[in-house]
Amino acid sequence: MKIEDKKRVLREMVLHRRFEERCYQAYIERKIGGFLHLYPGQEACCNGVMEAARPGHDYVITGYRDHVHAIKCGADPKEVMAELYGKETGSSKGRGGSMHIFDAAHHFMGGYALVGGPFPLAAGIAKAIQLKGGDEIAICFLGDAANNQGVFHETLNMAALWKLPVLFVCENNLYGIGTSIERSTAVVHQHKRVAAYNIPADECDGQDIDIVYEHARKAVDHVRAGNGPFFLELMTYRYRGHSMSDSRGYRSREEEEVWKQRDPILMLRDRLITAGAMTMADYETIEKETDAYIENEVIKFAEESPEPRVEDLEKYVLADRESQQPWLTGKAA
Amino acid sequence: MAQIMLWEAIQRAHDEEMSRDPLVICMGEDIGVAGGTYKATKGLYEKYGPLRVMDTPISEGGFTGLAIGASFLGVRPIVEIMSVNFAWLAMDQMFNSAAKIRYMSGGQLAAPCVFRSAGGAAHQLGAQHSARMEKVFMGIAGLRVVTPSNPKQAYGLLKSAIRCDDPVFINEHELMYNMKGEVPDGEYFHPLEGSEVARAGTDVTLFGYNISVHWCLKAAEILDKQYGISAEVVDLYSLSPLDRAGIKASVSKTHRVVIAEEDEAPVGVGSEVIAIINEECFFELDAAPVRVHSALVPQPYNHTLEKAAIPDHEDVVKAVLKLFGKA
Ligand SMILES: Cc1ncc(C[n+]2csc(CCOP(=O)(O)OP(=O)(O)O)c2C)c(N)n1
Ligand SMILES: [Mg+2]
Repeated sequence: MKIEDKKRVLREMVLHRRFEERCYQAYIERKIGGFLHLYPGQEACCNGVMEAARPGHDYVITGYRDHVHAIKCGADPKEVMAELYGKETGSSKGRGGSMHIFDAAHHFMGGYALVGGPFPLAAGIAKAIQLKGGDEIAICFLGDAANNQGVFHETLNMAALWKLPVLFVCENNLYGIGTSIERSTAVVHQHKRVAAYNIPADECDGQDIDIVYEHARKAVDHVRAGNGPFFLELMTYRYRGHSMSDSRGYRSREEEEVWKQRDPILMLRDRLITAGAMTMADYETIEKETDAYIENEVIKFAEESPEPRVEDLEKYVLADRESQQPWLTGKAA
Repeated sequence: MAQIMLWEAIQRAHDEEMSRDPLVICMGEDIGVAGGTYKATKGLYEKYGPLRVMDTPISEGGFTGLAIGASFLGVRPIVEIMSVNFAWLAMDQMFNSAAKIRYMSGGQLAAPCVFRSAGGAAHQLGAQHSARMEKVFMGIAGLRVVTPSNPKQAYGLLKSAIRCDDPVFINEHELMYNMKGEVPDGEYFHPLEGSEVARAGTDVTLFGYNISVHWCLKAAEILDKQYGISAEVVDLYSLSPLDRAGIKASVSKTHRVVIAEEDEAPVGVGSEVIAIINEECFFELDAAPVRVHSALVPQPYNHTLEKAAIPDHEDVVKAVLKLFGKA
């Protein structure tokens, strides 16, 4: 990555971190309901991979920890926050919530709440790309524990069999809610599990964005060149609990401290300062500007936006009736 | 109008739609090289190739999800689930992904997928190959459910389902693929909503769908000839949504009701039709509606037990006679 890109990405990562921290606060204030899964600690994963790919062009799909992936693809943070507030102006018009952010215009194909559910959907998106002959790829970001679902194996098999242009990114944060990977999975290093399907795989540090970027570039190039799927495992850690009701009794404060020493944002910041590309004062300015943007624009927009109308409760269940008339009445257009 | 078999009607709908639109594809187990368990995709592999006629691994959840993902980008997949008993493995994707995607994305994405599957009890296939599962599908918001009772419907419903922007589940019957019937020579689109009066009558309405329409027709014949009772047969080819107006119209005419289904009674088409009658036209009834349905047992293998578990036209006749105080 060029220095200018790194500086831009640092600013983006600060936004991603501060956005999530602001969500935490809004949740405590009961502005946000439901389940809320936050991303701090894992920012280098999404950012590193998407810098190597083409955000807004390549199709991205993920689980419920999805705010940052959506924003990275080009979703407006204001609309993502409005969605969390359940507002009509939200990315999914308030019908989705935190776990179901969508931005089809930017090819962000959504957040899904069923662990493992997106695997075959990602392969299907890749199948569509293959049929249409586009140069996009599908990128599926999921956690380590998702790999214990049957559809993980079903999907790897089909993706390899049909050479589908899909990149599987496993953000291995060592836990599925409160169960550590050693206690749930016979193999800690997930890239080993895909060897059986003849899919090339790689593993690297998920905290250092330069490393993620280098590995992701090879992975993305492999898929885009028409060689079929690739599996990239990123070793990472989430700093907060799994969701909001998590007192983290299943892991030690010492372990958390070790990972906090390798904060992806601070590592990138310090590297840029050492390289003379920015100063600590510059960084503090970024933080201040980011917080001001979140408060004055993002939160303001979410707060001031209207609720969906109750009259529209059943809108979006099925396609708009008028457009479907020929098939509902049996009279071809 | 040509007389063709039901499987041929399904095959023809595939072929016409696939030759019209390169984004219409089909997939399932043994549908390509082998030509399909029920021949419904015969010859398509040779004509359209492996990219569009996909022999899938035995991964119902996986390939159903794959089809749904492809449909997000405008592909129109027709998924064949070899037997409806295996659809349980695909339901997570059908219900959690296809049926909900439009809603939870605020209208941004849709899953215009067709899922076809053979259900029903054939001959002595035992507990795990004889399921009727329409009751499970018809209660899901965001999913349409249709079920053909003849080749014309099988052809026209599939044509409409492929064009429709909603996910559609088509419930077929293992015993009906070789049934012959007239199908229009020209292109024909059967409505996905509504119901059909398969035989007009004045004294009692027999509601059926898929195979039970044929029990009802046969029963109506007997009732007319032997008992002088004029039965109207209403074909509920759309199970979701059910045709409230059609149900009301017929009940308001005959004032007596029998609902015949091959499914077990608890939580099914029969209970739903009775609920609709309660809501739409309760005071039109001259007698309490009667359900004819399967016994609540896993399907037995033994021939005699199997026959005892599943109703037929004689059970429909008996139910009507009871309704008229003649039995
Ligand atoms: C099918 C299904 N089973 C269980 C759950 C409950 N659940 C939600 S997240 C989760 C853990 C998933 O962990 P992982 O895939 O590693 O992702 P992470 O949360 O660590 O990012 C579980 C068990 C679910 N949402 N869906
Ligand atoms: Mg995890």
